[in-house]
Amino acid sequence: MKVSTKLNRDELHIYLDGELDHSVAEEIRTQIDDYIEKNAPTKVILEMGKLKFMDSTGIGFILGRYKKLRSKHIPMFIGSPNPQIDKVIKISGLYSIIPLLR
Amino acid sequence: MTNYMTLRVKAVPINESFVRGVVAGFTVPCDPTIDVINDVRTAVSEAVTNCVVHAYSGSGEGDILIEGVLNDNLLTISVSDYGKGIDNVEKAMEDFFTTKESEERSGLGFTIMKSFMDSLKVVSEKGAGTTVTMTKKLTDVEH
Repeated sequence: MKVSTKLNRDELHIYLDGELDHSVAEEIRTQIDDYIEKNAPTKVILEMGKLKFMDSTGIGFILGRYKKLRSKHIPMFIGSPNPQIDKVIKISGLYSIIPLLR
Repeated sequence: MTNYMTLRVKAVPINESFVRGVVAGFTVPCDPTIDVINDVRTAVSEAVTNCVVHAYSGSGEGDILIEGVLNDNLLTISVSDYGKGIDNVEKAMEDFFTTKESEERSGLGFTIMKSFMDSLKVVSEKGAGTTVTMTKKLTDVEH
């Protein structure tokens, strides 16, 4: 699992590469919270184009980041999930609070 | 196609991806679509993660037993642990119910197993362990 970021104006794009499950969640959680803390973005986009797999641990992870960002009034979006991940997110109902960026 | 498999692994996080990969590979001879393989992979990942996180409370001490059977195009997969057991199975299966909110657990593991597979059965005994049994028809074609 690799995480990289790109700051475009004040928009923080977080690129997830690999498989997001329980075995990696804690490590990337700290990493991403640090990025957000350091960059003070006005908007955060979780870019999933290179994410190959995600299970419900990923839902907990996304919700956790969403709650932190919401307390700072920073909106969050999801970009380019593959069909497997899209299905997991749809079941969770997450898109109603964290929209898919088209 | 008739086949079976047994796999016993240590309840450590790294085995979550190992087991879902093995079970996905086990289905391949039945020629399921990518979507079906992904449903199986996701459901198995949930079951194994539950063992690691809940049955053994993340200690890494304990075994997970995975048994798979292919009977024509029907996959039956069971995931067992010998951990602490589930207090209230009915409650545990409710959407968004989790005992580990502080660890950012979503409470959707069983929801996903249930909706990605054709059937789900959970048998748990306090102090003895839990067995989750799931089935899924892998293809529409009768072999």
